[in-house]
Amino acid sequence: MTRAHPLPEEALSGLAGDATRGETVFLAGGCASCHAAPESKEKRILAGGQRFASDFGSFIAPNISPDPTHGIGGWTRAQFASALKRGVSPEGQHYYPAFPYTAYTKMRDQDIADLWAFWQGLPKSDAPSQPHEVGFPFSIRRGVGVWKLLYLKDDWVMDGDLDPVLERGRYLVEALAHCGECHTPRSPLGGLDTTRWLAGAPNPSGKGTIPALTPDKMIWGADEIAYYLESGFTPDYDSAGGHMVAVVENFSQLSAEDRAAVAAYVKALEPAQSK
Amino acid sequence: MKMVFTLAAAAAMIGSIAVAQDFSANLKARQGQFRIMALNVGILGGMAQGKIAYDAEAAQRAADTLVAVSHIDPTPLWVEGSDNMSIDGTRAMPSIWDDHDDFLAKWGGFGEAAAGMQLVAATGQEALGPAMGKLGGACKACHDVHRAPN
Repeated sequence: MTRAHPLPEEALSGLAGDATRGETVFLAGGCASCHAAPESKEKRILAGGQRFASDFGSFIAPNISPDPTHGIGGWTRAQFASALKRGVSPEGQHYYPAFPYTAYTKMRDQDIADLWAFWQGLPKSDAPSQPHEVGFPFSIRRGVGVWKLLYLKDDWVMDGDLDPVLERGRYLVEALAHCGECHTPRSPLGGLDTTRWLAGAPNPSGKGTIPALTPDKMIWGADEIAYYLESGFTPDYDSAGGHMVAVVENFSQLSAEDRAAVAAYVKALEPAQSK
Repeated sequence: MKMVFTLAAAAAMIGSIAVAQDFSANLKARQGQFRIMALNVGILGGMAQGKIAYDAEAAQRAADTLVAVSHIDPTPLWVEGSDNMSIDGTRAMPSIWDDHDDFLAKWGGFGEAAAGMQLVAATGQEALGPAMGKLGGACKACHDVHRAPN
């Protein structure tokens, strides 16, 4: 039950990848926001090295550039899909969920094929990946298998029949952009508490809070949310800071339709249940 | 005698606290400066988005104001010890002082973006969008590393 379950090698077979569309997936997925080197302006060199603090230890983003030795250049496309959708490495190990595969598990196969095609054109980095700084018992990766039984689900949080705009917004928010990773509070085991979806959370860095996006707290209009994602300016012309700077950098390169879809999704959220 | 000593010690303590720890004027100046910036960026952003009717003169005044703010000497505002680890009421991170060159470079980046806006603000509504992008980039560059989250 707690073993790693990779996708079969024939997963994605028959799908042709389109690198241009893959760039949109890359930007919306925010890959570079965590995997570019710390402080690096070269957002396409996925050398790794950024540190992420959590209650369980510090995770250090690995090199996922197409370098065959230090990156993932030696992977097959199915192994890439297994990492994204199952959180499983080519060696059959569980990844820690600092890598947001609980969101990416909802990715469409065609988007993964497109992303993989785009990946082949990225620059290589020979920077070695560094080990995570995670203490016992969390250093036992088999435990992640138990965690996955609880938290790795592929059903949508916002369910029901959605119009095409909301459906696109849901795909961007819940799958690619993995907004819930920061904006949703976590259970004591570190899984997202979907009963308080996007209801705001403590900042894992220890200082301050991540704001709620639910309508009981978030009072911006849809056009204001879309403009924030495009420009980084809030309605009163304060500017984005912290990790949202990277998010805005990505979203400013997406289409106006995609930003509007995210805004529509946010405005369609239910008020947070008090708890 | 004991009483006199206690009073003197208390007075000395109060005196040293008042001298060493009162950054309220610096904080007001910093936050007022950012509020002036936000109000004027707001005029330009509103026109760029079509929410406020474009007015070349008003746009130019807003851009000129941003340039004027960029000329304020940061030294008396950003005094060492007035970071968010040392005092309440600020989101200014210690990195502002630990990596002061970077902080000054980013303040300079705002000056460049404001000067760019000043050049084009009166030339038409369609010029505002790209210049707003540069201003936003300058704000984010500094807030990304030197301002603590809410």
